[in-house]
Amino acid sequence: MLITCPYCGPRDVIEFTYQGDGNRERPQPASQDLDAWNAYVYDRLNPAGDHNEIWQHSGGCRAHLRVVRNTITHEILSTAFARGGHKAEGRS
Amino acid sequence: MAEQPLPERQSPLEPDYHPGSHGNFEHGVDVILSETRPGSILQLGAWPGEEKRLIEVIRKVTGLALPDGAGGGASSGARAVFGFAPGKFTVVDEAEGLAATFAGVITPAIGTLTDLSHGRTAIRIAGPKAEWVMAKFFAIDFALPAFPLGAGRSTNHHDIFAQIQRSGADQFDIYVFRSFARSFWKALCHASEEVGYEVQ
Repeated sequence: MLITCPYCGPRDVIEFTYQGDGNRERPQPASQDLDAWNAYVYDRLNPAGDHNEIWQHSGGCRAHLRVVRNTITHEILSTAFARGGHKAEGRS
Repeated sequence: MAEQPLPERQSPLEPDYHPGSHGNFEHGVDVILSETRPGSILQLGAWPGEEKRLIEVIRKVTGLALPDGAGGGASSGARAVFGFAPGKFTVVDEAEGLAATFAGVITPAIGTLTDLSHGRTAIRIAGPKAEWVMAKFFAIDFALPAFPLGAGRSTNHHDIFAQIQRSGADQFDIYVFRSFARSFWKALCHASEEVGYEVQ
């Protein structure tokens, strides 16, 4: 599986670290909405198909990326820097 | 406080650094391995949006103009610079003290400066089979059109992070963690045996 890093170009998946589901929306830190926190921590779409994900190019430029990967074929449909408006930005 | 002279730097490769020809060199030496021992190895980082200002600072201090684009770099005999990540650059100088020069001009508004001179080891591989040996180590394209002169790449070899700059048509400079440098060096020597190598 190759992931095309927007900075480094196509690299083997071994250079990347999966950072989790990119669909999650983190509640405001001060939020006391337990349902929202529960959803953030536990709820996953788990689709059979295209999936928004966060990866880090940990064995290269170390940038965090948002990646759309097909969970059936492992095809990488798009990659972009996570910085800049993605809702999973700043995930912890 | 008066500036204290730095203690003489020891090479981490020393116990396994054996100048001379090794391996299958009966038909010629196809790669030359050496440790370049630069006096300064710095990592510079620009805050988002400040990349152009940092590139300008690098040009003023080193005289090296970074080309546009990811992984672009340049070198001039004694000094070298290349991008290794978005907004981040490695700057190398044969002389010590480059950190002090940059410290006055990289303001907190522009970005950060980290002196890695004692934390990285610089290994040079040169010769007609340099691309061949490198390709056994790293899963990236070392052909000249894909990896132009002066350009930098970040990758790793079995979890040993490496920054690579092409410093000649058939020459690469590899920057690895000092603590892993001897292990990496031994692996590089083993990989070079089949083509015949000389340690300088």
